Amino acid sequence: MITKRIIPCLDVRDGRVVKGVNFLNVNDVSSPVALAKYYSESGADELVFYDITASFEGRQLFTDILTEVASQIFIPLTVGGGINTVEDFERVLRCGADKVSVNSGAIRDPGLIPAAAKKYGDQCVVLSVDVRRVDGRFTVFAKGGRENTGIDALEWIRSGVKNGAGEIVLNSIDTDGVKGGFDLEMLSAVCDIVDVPVIASGGAGCMEDFTELFLQVPKVDAGLAASIFHFGEVSIGDLKKKLQADGINVRLS
Amino acid sequence: MIAIIDYGVGNLFSLKSSFAYIGEEAIVTGDEKRIGECARIVLPGVGAFGDAASKLRSVGLDQVVCREAAKGKPLLGICLGMQLLFDKSLEYGEYAGLGLIPGKVVSMRNVVPQAYKIPQIGWNALHFPKDRPRSPLYKDIREGDHVYFVHSYYAAECSPWVSAWTEYGAQITASAENGNVFGTQFHPEKSGTIGLKILKAFCEI
Repeated sequence: MITKRIIPCLDVRDGRVVKGVNFLNVNDVSSPVALAKYYSESGADELVFYDITASFEGRQLFTDILTEVASQIFIPLTVGGGINTVEDFERVLRCGADKVSVNSGAIRDPGLIPAAAKKYGDQCVVLSVDVRRVDGRFTVFAKGGRENTGIDALEWIRSGVKNGAGEIVLNSIDTDGVKGGFDLEMLSAVCDIVDVPVIASGGAGCMEDFTELFLQVPKVDAGLAASIFHFGEVSIGDLKKKLQADGINVRLS
Repeated sequence: MIAIIDYGVGNLFSLKSSFAYIGEEAIVTGDEKRIGECARIVLPGVGAFGDAASKLRSVGLDQVVCREAAKGKPLLGICLGMQLLFDKSLEYGEYAGLGLIPGKVVSMRNVVPQAYKIPQIGWNALHFPKDRPRSPLYKDIREGDHVYFVHSYYAAECSPWVSAWTEYGAQITASAENGNVFGTQFHPEKSGTIGLKILKAFCEI
């Protein structure tokens, strides 16, 4: 039986992890390599690196870091942030990324997903979507959730998959940062219309939120979170033990 | 020394790094002479079978790989590289493989119930056939250990050669072998410490 995946997301700016905090056995919590190693050893099934750098120099630092992580950590790595062209795919894949996540870049250029999928395969292309309810309708937001595109989220996701996206990361802006649990209603709606893996993001506040996610929306494949792991509120090892006790199939390392 | 066959398919960075990490020297090469000098061969691959098979043939590496395998050199095919070891594939047409392991590569849709997503992406458990000795690849691996899969097609009609299977709504071939020829459908270079143990075991065959 395939397992449900737990995926920590690391925001990187100028080659350093933003918001990294006190782990007992990690000396340098803002070092992407040290943190990635810690997560990998504690049972993370995959890692997402999100490049929030704006400058060219920062981007160079990011790929240097990625190369270092990929030469020491042997679990799947997904990279997102600043992916606007097929050349951006090439740049991060060459440094050891396995999957590349696109968000605003795919909204700006509808040809990006099909071009990347054709060149690197569907399994490589992850469509990340920031969604908020507007007048009761699931609506796509761009630029880190700041800009209402007016695009219907379900239509957007359906066409993204048709064009070659091999996985969906669904981030609910409505539940993000609230720590009151994942957006089960939104996730169910998306799982009903696509047959590629769906990764839930936004809203995890405690271990029970993951149990609820996988029990209430069994078609969801993975749960992604950032701050609750970084701030040590939830350890991945403990989370997976709890999920197993709750009858959810996970990989225990 | 291990030769990782370079025929313009897939990302070889992680594979090369994982051998370096376990202290094994590996080179990425498409050069016949250098491949001949290596004690072991790894055949990687991602993408579609037909494309990969024709790329391998267009540079003559199909014959190099078969010749080296015939000498008894350990050969490990990974993911699409594993599928290439079989007789043929029915992915988007019908294409001949290297014929080093009997069997054919078909869509999982033929056997996997509709509720299961295809591709299979994620960590799944290894199970070993009870009626034959454990593969040398798995000497340090336990029944139920998890490895990372990304695939839509799988090797069928090859049960005498299956060395491990995984459960995905049906029994799916996770690995197969025929003498010195080994293939893993999963990615050992992406399967954490379990995967590194499998690569290490391959280096000790």
